[in-house]
Amino acid sequence: MSLITTLARLEAVDTGRAQPLATVRHRHLADRPLVLVPLTTAGEAGAPLGALVGTDREAPRLLAVAQPRDRDLRFAFLAELAEAVLPHIEAYADVVEPAERNETDPATGKKAKVEVELCTDAAQLIVPSRAGVEFVRLLGRSMRFRRTAEDDPDTPYPAPARVPLLGRWLTHYGERARVPGSSLLPAVTDLLNRHWASGQSSLEDQHLGALLAWIDPPAGSSGAEAALRAELARDGKGQLLCPPAGPATDPDFDNRLLAPAIERYDRARTALASAEDGLAADARLGELSAAEREIRSLLARVMLPTWDAVWRGLDLLRELPEGSRTEDRWTRDRWSFTAHRDRVRSGEPPQPRRDDAVTAAQKLASRETAQAQLEAQEALDDPLVLAGRRLAGEAFLATVSAVEMAYTESKRPAPRPLLTVRTDERPHLAERTKVYRSLEGKPQTAEFVRYADGPPADDGEIPLVLRILDRMGRGKEPAPGSVPEPGERIAWTLFEHDQRGGPKLPDPEETPWTHGGPPGADAATRAELPDPVTPEDLL
Amino acid sequence: MVTTGFDPGAEAARATGAILDDTLRGSARGVVVDSPPGAGKSTLVVRAALELAAAGHPLMVIAQTNAQVDDLVVRLAEKDPELPVGRLHSSDSDPYDKVLDGLANVTKSAKAADLAGLDVVISTAAKWAHVKNVEPWGHAIVDEAYQMRSDALLAVAGLFERALFVGDPGQLDPFSIVGADQWAGLSYDPSASAVSTLLAHNPELPQHRLPVSWRLPASAAPLVSDAFYPYTPFRSGTDHGDRKLSFGVASDGSGPDRVLDEAAESGWGLLELPARHTPRTDPEAVRAVALVVRRLLDRGGVATSERAEEPVPVTADRVAVGTAHRDQAAAVRAALTELGVTGVAVDTANRLQGREFDVTVVLHPLSGRPDATAFHLETGRLCVLASRHRHACVVVCREGVAELLDEHPSTEPVQLGVTVKFPDGWEANHTVLAHLSEHRVRWRP
Repeated sequence: MSLITTLARLEAVDTGRAQPLATVRHRHLADRPLVLVPLTTAGEAGAPLGALVGTDREAPRLLAVAQPRDRDLRFAFLAELAEAVLPHIEAYADVVEPAERNETDPATGKKAKVEVELCTDAAQLIVPSRAGVEFVRLLGRSMRFRRTAEDDPDTPYPAPARVPLLGRWLTHYGERARVPGSSLLPAVTDLLNRHWASGQSSLEDQHLGALLAWIDPPAGSSGAEAALRAELARDGKGQLLCPPAGPATDPDFDNRLLAPAIERYDRARTALASAEDGLAADARLGELSAAEREIRSLLARVMLPTWDAVWRGLDLLRELPEGSRTEDRWTRDRWSFTAHRDRVRSGEPPQPRRDDAVTAAQKLASRETAQAQLEAQEALDDPLVLAGRRLAGEAFLATVSAVEMAYTESKRPAPRPLLTVRTDERPHLAERTKVYRSLEGKPQTAEFVRYADGPPADDGEIPLVLRILDRMGRGKEPAPGSVPEPGERIAWTLFEHDQRGGPKLPDPEETPWTHGGPPGADAATRAELPDPVTPEDLL
Repeated sequence: MVTTGFDPGAEAARATGAILDDTLRGSARGVVVDSPPGAGKSTLVVRAALELAAAGHPLMVIAQTNAQVDDLVVRLAEKDPELPVGRLHSSDSDPYDKVLDGLANVTKSAKAADLAGLDVVISTAAKWAHVKNVEPWGHAIVDEAYQMRSDALLAVAGLFERALFVGDPGQLDPFSIVGADQWAGLSYDPSASAVSTLLAHNPELPQHRLPVSWRLPASAAPLVSDAFYPYTPFRSGTDHGDRKLSFGVASDGSGPDRVLDEAAESGWGLLELPARHTPRTDPEAVRAVALVVRRLLDRGGVATSERAEEPVPVTADRVAVGTAHRDQAAAVRAALTELGVTGVAVDTANRLQGREFDVTVVLHPLSGRPDATAFHLETGRLCVLASRHRHACVVVCREGVAELLDEHPSTEPVQLGVTVKFPDGWEANHTVLAHLSEHRVRWRP
């Protein structure tokens, strides 16, 4: 945790209210996000229990599984989820704009610009918490290898038609969520934690109710009190007033309300199966639907507070103006969305279970680039974030006090002006440390030459000498406006503003011997097969 | 401790001979050499390079940083001023050390094609990764292979047929600035070290070990060996009494002076400040570090060793300060400047890797902390900090680290398929601390 975050947290404890960590919003929020509040069954990995899903905060769609161990009901749930999610995604997939992309021609090895389609916007999926992102990933993993009756008429337990497709999309969203700064599948707790510092531990910050209590406590109450209430307060029946944001449920809810309701449902189902005549069957069917309705209303009751909390969190975030470089990162999300759309349309198989060596290395490299870029962009977009970097000695504000022209000693001398700047900050400079400033949105590089009055001995203002290295045009004299004037106050950073892409890695077919050689042909086909059905899969 | 029957020179020569034999005449595509701190790894790399070149095998050398590359080029030129060496460098400004301009045998270029045909071409892994469409080299040497990430090896492994991998398994593992848990347990986890991927896919490769540390004194080798290399022990090349650190000026009785005397006498010193939770850049501890350095220089330290007939003064360039974090290093630098000390290397464990000094002063990674995270417990961090010195190491620390350790047992999740590293940082920290406590000087600044 950086020093400024620690200070903000201390201040939050002191004032009883979360303190801002940002003055602008650093993540893209869609106008019409699809919110998904999922619940899972305790003790049954990957068995969904229910979900609220939708784009209209007043009208969530309730999905529920009355008996989570029943695979048919589970498939029905997943089919319904596909019906709720896929049309939303597909609505974005068809609206495109022309764009250009650099592609390497496999024949010549030359890079060329290619006209391609880019979706003008991408579907944003929002979940309450980080565990929700994990659950989306798990759902994707459990669905994308399923076979439908159309894929394979002999498959013993065919999945409903659109379930594997939903699995592929959720897998893509879950994987994209691992890219720093991506907004395709954000968790509200992560969004809020990026913009506010509460007075509790970062573990407690994963509780959406408690976090909102710190950021926006009810009138007359401190954040700490409200957060404690959100975590612990129970009604007369021993149920939490602010149920967990899921996907895990509160054990007291499971034991006292859910388990008996599911038992009633099971009994009603057995009774229906053993009904001897039509009249009895009608009555028992009534009991069964009543039992199912009860489960649905129980689930709705524990999910609605989370649903409302998600929208409240989004309201709070929308009050912040969007940071200017946020759009740039969202464009990358759109590229990722478009690329996945293209893979699905071209009939490629689902994402393999495990990345091969080359894909893993590529993903890691691109995420590291994204992380460094995110940190730089946030600091450039937001004076409060920059202040944190200044406090850490990674940036400084300085006033130009003198400019002295100097040139390189070559046949065609190029300008290398020396700036004397004054600052009362203490950046971690060493000789020839590179520093950067933003000049018309592009970074200009300078290097630290020396402390004009010797190394700083106290806390006062000190003069530094910097040498500007680039962005002054091709001429002997620097282009107008490219060299700062005395009196200008400039923010310099010790970190780069742009990130260079890493080297090109070998193609997977050329994986070297150090990494096990090319993936075998069997590995490629195996990846497409569904999980084998084991006896444990069946009730 | 050198007992009768152990001849460090002969042992080391035997190990080197076996390594060179496997490299030059063996049939395996790779040879792995584990080298404890200061065991002559660079000497081995230079010798292997010269012998491969002499045998007419074109060679590429992959190091991790530009400083390491330049250092190797200079060492090669010292051994054989005639050997044609290529220094492949980046196209940034000042891509290599200006010293290389004075070496007649060295060709420098940013393009690999310009260096084709030279006996030895040396560059960083990052630069090699951009080299495409060249005829692969028959041989490569990968230096600091344990600090190279698996994905970096993936990018360059197509450039050579076979390679000698040299490194120190006890130093810091490579790291990534983003989470890589999703690949944990895969044999080619891109965030793991190059050697672990290499051996996971090629378990039959011959592995060697250098048995003697020439850097660490007899007072330090047993502790570093026990704490960090419990299953692959090594010895020091010198005996007790071969090295001596003494001062021209007597102690003034202050904490820094007493700890310096203790360290000069025994090789280790622990300057313990009163227990307290502090920010990372604990001003008292930082000042204590700076004071120890100041007094070391003021008291005219002289070092006697097997390297020279006469005692050699311990000057600022023979002293280093090691910290865990960069802001701590910056704070120590500022404190040293205030005391008028210049020329002392102050850096984090990551950046001190591979370097050697007469005396080191270490700010303990856990000093003043309320918690012990995986970062601060990392075995390699403490190992690097405790193994940079030829004579003595002074550790500055707040009281209470042993209790802190007991309150924070390692809680990292166990990942399936990941080889558990022994010893773990928790245990190594305890071992070192127990030894240091025998050389403790309590001091209230």
